[in-house]
Amino acid sequence: MDVLYFAWVREGVGKAQERVDPPGDVVTVADLIDWLGHEVLRDKAKLRAAIDQRFVSLDTAIAGAREVAIFPPVTGG
Amino acid sequence: MIRVVVSAAPIDVGAEIVALDGLGGGAVATFTGLVRDDGGVGELLLEHYPGATEAALETLAAEAVARWKLAGAAVVHRVGVMTPGEPIVFVAACATHRSAALAACGFLIDRLKTDAPFWKRETRGGEARWVGERAGDHHAAAKWR
Repeated sequence: MDVLYFAWVREGVGKAQERVDPPGDVVTVADLIDWLGHEVLRDKAKLRAAIDQRFVSLDTAIAGAREVAIFPPVTGG
Repeated sequence: MIRVVVSAAPIDVGAEIVALDGLGGGAVATFTGLVRDDGGVGELLLEHYPGATEAALETLAAEAVARWKLAGAAVVHRVGVMTPGEPIVFVAACATHRSAALAACGFLIDRLKTDAPFWKRETRGGEARWVGERAGDHHAAAKWR
């Protein structure tokens, strides 16, 4: 699956996206964040996520996802 | 009519309003958000999630059209670099009467703040900082649920 990063998450990870193949025990978005292991992702309370371009909570399962995005709370408008 | 635009081009507010005038409704309500100076912001960068942003705005506009039986709704958001005083967001609703147009307009801007993947980065005196979320935005969006 592709993992996309935005705003300060993107800057902290050092890239806008990466293709990963997590093992079977990585079940939820939160598991994926831990497995990715990027320092900037350590405080999950500051992170939001989307699966296949829909906002989800971090306890959502990633099974079947083509694209998971990880980003800070949104600040548009 | 639903019009959703996410673009780095400046927003032509006059042209956007005129587009809604021709829909046969009796009321057009609009809201324009401008980049604030906030005591020294030199420039504002707007990042977004291409594809997901447009989908979120289309969903919001469609919800507004259905809920208030609108003749039309427009959501226009600028991305990229802009400076204080420039329009950053424009929303509008065209309805038969003013109450529906005004309510739909409020719904569109309140929910856009929490439902669409945009991120602001301010630069002050050469120093860039990502803007944090505001709790008040969630309260404003929640009142429409």
